[in-house]
Amino acid sequence: MNRAVLAVSDVEVGQALPPLAIHISRENLVQYTGASLDRNRIHWDERFATSVGLPNVIAHGMFTMGSVINIVSDWVGDAGRIVEYGTRFTKPVVVPYDSGADVVVTAVVAAVDDQTKRATVELTAMCGSDKVLGRATAVVVLD
Amino acid sequence: MAVNASFTGHTYPATPPYAVGREKIREFAEAVGAHDPVHTDRAYARARGYRDVIAPPTFAVVIAQQCDRQFIADPEAGIDFSRVVHGEQRFVHHRPLTAGDEIVGVLTVDSVREAGGHAMVTTRSELSTIEGEPVCTATSTIVIRGGE
Repeated sequence: MNRAVLAVSDVEVGQALPPLAIHISRENLVQYTGASLDRNRIHWDERFATSVGLPNVIAHGMFTMGSVINIVSDWVGDAGRIVEYGTRFTKPVVVPYDSGADVVVTAVVAAVDDQTKRATVELTAMCGSDKVLGRATAVVVLD
Repeated sequence: MAVNASFTGHTYPATPPYAVGREKIREFAEAVGAHDPVHTDRAYARARGYRDVIAPPTFAVVIAQQCDRQFIADPEAGIDFSRVVHGEQRFVHHRPLTAGDEIVGVLTVDSVREAGGHAMVTTRSELSTIEGEPVCTATSTIVIRGGE
């Protein structure tokens, strides 16, 4: 059974999406390295990462971006309805060997257009007190 | 090291076709924790109106970074890849990337600028099918950190 796609009549400006918690381990970064073909060693080799001045291994910005958007896909009910998605990478997500990292994602509807059935969602991704994405925005087409 | 600003506005020839595969989409979706069955279940995706399983919203970066490599790896561009960090990324999807697509990318260097001792380069990859249907516009800004 396919679940229903969110209807424009059910969405209003200021509405908050259900939040999303993402735990990031070294295993996740190795998996993303393989899947994305972005094999930069700063994302999986601690000795290399610290040798170039980083505090530790850091997550791929694109891994964070790709994981964070699930908050919108889950909410709208069809990932194919995401027609625009952009962000700045403001702070790296540092992923220590033992603890990993935790990112908390929240999102709010910033605009709704009843004519085009498009909604604009603003996303916030926090790792501890660091805002890791800047001006993260997605546009979705609703039913 | 300065980035060669004369590349601003330069467009590269189209890349060889990238075949979007069902299992690559599954692998990528699992890696980013995207659980929508539209990425992995063909019957589900078809019931949604797609021809086959579709890629998650950021999958296009796999193809766009192949486009970017033409410029970043160009010795004339003067980019020290060990000093590169990703500053900004944006996707505009004209329709979802779908398994079975054969995608070519045309890379344009939109801007090269210097700020605060760093260089910032914005590139744009126009991804389309080999039949010429536009699929995605991926825009990326990289920051090349200046030397200490």
